Amino acid sequence: MMSTDVPDAAGSPAAEESKPFDRREFLKKCGLAVPIVLGVVRVPLLEAQAPSNGDYDPSEHLYGMGIDVNKCIGCGQCVLACKTENDVPLDSHHFNTWIERYVIRTDEEVEVDSPNGGLDGFPPMASEGSEIRRTFFVPKLCNHCAEAPCVQVCPVGATFTTEDGAVLVDDEYCIGCRYCIQACPYGARWLHPETHVAAKCTFCYHRLVDGLVPACVEVCPTGARLFGELEGRATPLARFMRFNDLQVLKPHLNTKPKVYYANLDGEVR
Amino acid sequence: MVRQPAKPMVRLPEFRSHKLPQQVPRLAAVFVLAAVALIAARSFLVPDTFGEMGHYRAAAIDTIIAHPKKYAGQRECTLCHGSIMEERLAGNHRGLACEGCHGPAAGHVANPVEVKPVIPSERDHCPRCHSYNPSRPTGFAQIDPVTHNPLMPCVTCHDPHAPEPPMVPGSCSACHGQIASQKAVSHHATLECVTCHEAPDEHKISPRAVRPGKPMERAFCGGCHAEDAESPQSIPRINPRTHNQQYLCWQCHYPHFPETS
Repeated sequence: MMSTDVPDAAGSPAAEESKPFDRREFLKKCGLAVPIVLGVVRVPLLEAQAPSNGDYDPSEHLYGMGIDVNKCIGCGQCVLACKTENDVPLDSHHFNTWIERYVIRTDEEVEVDSPNGGLDGFPPMASEGSEIRRTFFVPKLCNHCAEAPCVQVCPVGATFTTEDGAVLVDDEYCIGCRYCIQACPYGARWLHPETHVAAKCTFCYHRLVDGLVPACVEVCPTGARLFGELEGRATPLARFMRFNDLQVLKPHLNTKPKVYYANLDGEVR
Repeated sequence: MVRQPAKPMVRLPEFRSHKLPQQVPRLAAVFVLAAVALIAARSFLVPDTFGEMGHYRAAAIDTIIAHPKKYAGQRECTLCHGSIMEERLAGNHRGLACEGCHGPAAGHVANPVEVKPVIPSERDHCPRCHSYNPSRPTGFAQIDPVTHNPLMPCVTCHDPHAPEPPMVPGSCSACHGQIASQKAVSHHATLECVTCHEAPDEHKISPRAVRPGKPMERAFCGGCHAEDAESPQSIPRINPRTHNQQYLCWQCHYPHFPETS
């Protein structure tokens, strides 16, 4: 039973009329309410529009990253720089990039650990178990797949691939449903504990448009990480791709990653 | 409403062909209204820049670009600190970025006087890269922070912009920790590095420019391991003329940790 003593959207003089709500009146008021509701939804969306960056043309670029596993010393500088540059919480659960330590023993046991993502370096290995055959560090991050599963599953179009190849998240449009986090086969996405939207490596997109390299590449002391154009330019990355046997992670998933690994062990997943 | 009684079955029902049935224009009106409402709702709800570049809000890129930078980049450092840069480029730390050790410096670039980057002189800074860790690639300079000049800050002896061993290293293990630790528990433990390697003094100053040598003929290992060699009987023997002649010994055996059987 609806009473009319509550002022409604149409603002009709209500109280003295006590006759029940009829269908015609209800539809009329619904019709009047539509612009008001839409207006309320609309205002924040309008405010979200920011001025555009004029002199950067994404169609002139296609970015990728090269990682030489043989050069990584597991110092964790990249993890620290990434967290600092991108305001990633400094806890041990949220990482845009992290380092994994692989230990392959003579009995084919493979151990992988990443204490605090490698942020504080790696403690000495547990000595129990059989003799170590190989051991090395593998830096990991979002692969910025050309066929990104995370982009495919986003129900609202809040995650997308830019023309220059970066997979980004629209913070203001993301509804925090976590589908993309489940869809990513590389575990590269996480839910921001404060904003409650999906977060991930952006290739430091805000640095790229100014001609800078991502923070992790900037601070890497051994040159294990290289960043640059994938197509037709003389860059360190182009040279890296010419002279190394390259692999990508989980190639059987056909995600077409743009992070290329050199000297990657077959045990790395 | 009451309809006319039906005409006899043989005749087709009469239509008033000049006028549409009442429900058709009403339904049409509903559809038109729905379409208008849909278009109106869409133009209201879909953000302005959605679909401009793909199935996303193009303006989101501007928001992402607006994120403030913390790391200024090597270029900015070189503008003022060119001399340190030159010194660094000539040394073993030439590949490092200033901000790797000195921390993010965008604030310092914006306000060089008031904001100063960190100068890490504590002993715990350098071992981040240079403490011994078996997972690190062979040949990367590593020390054991517990035994390597305890309590002394690294910068006392090493210039971090152009690090070199402060004196000729007393032992090869100062840099080649991984090899030394393996060799120490192997059958070759008693052999000195220089028994097999020619190590010119320049190698200790410029480790990459001047490389140590290694045995390039089978007769060298044969000196101990050949059947007729004058060496203790417990040493395993082979006949160098029949034992895999096409290879140098260390192409199959790892001399720093030779197999036990």
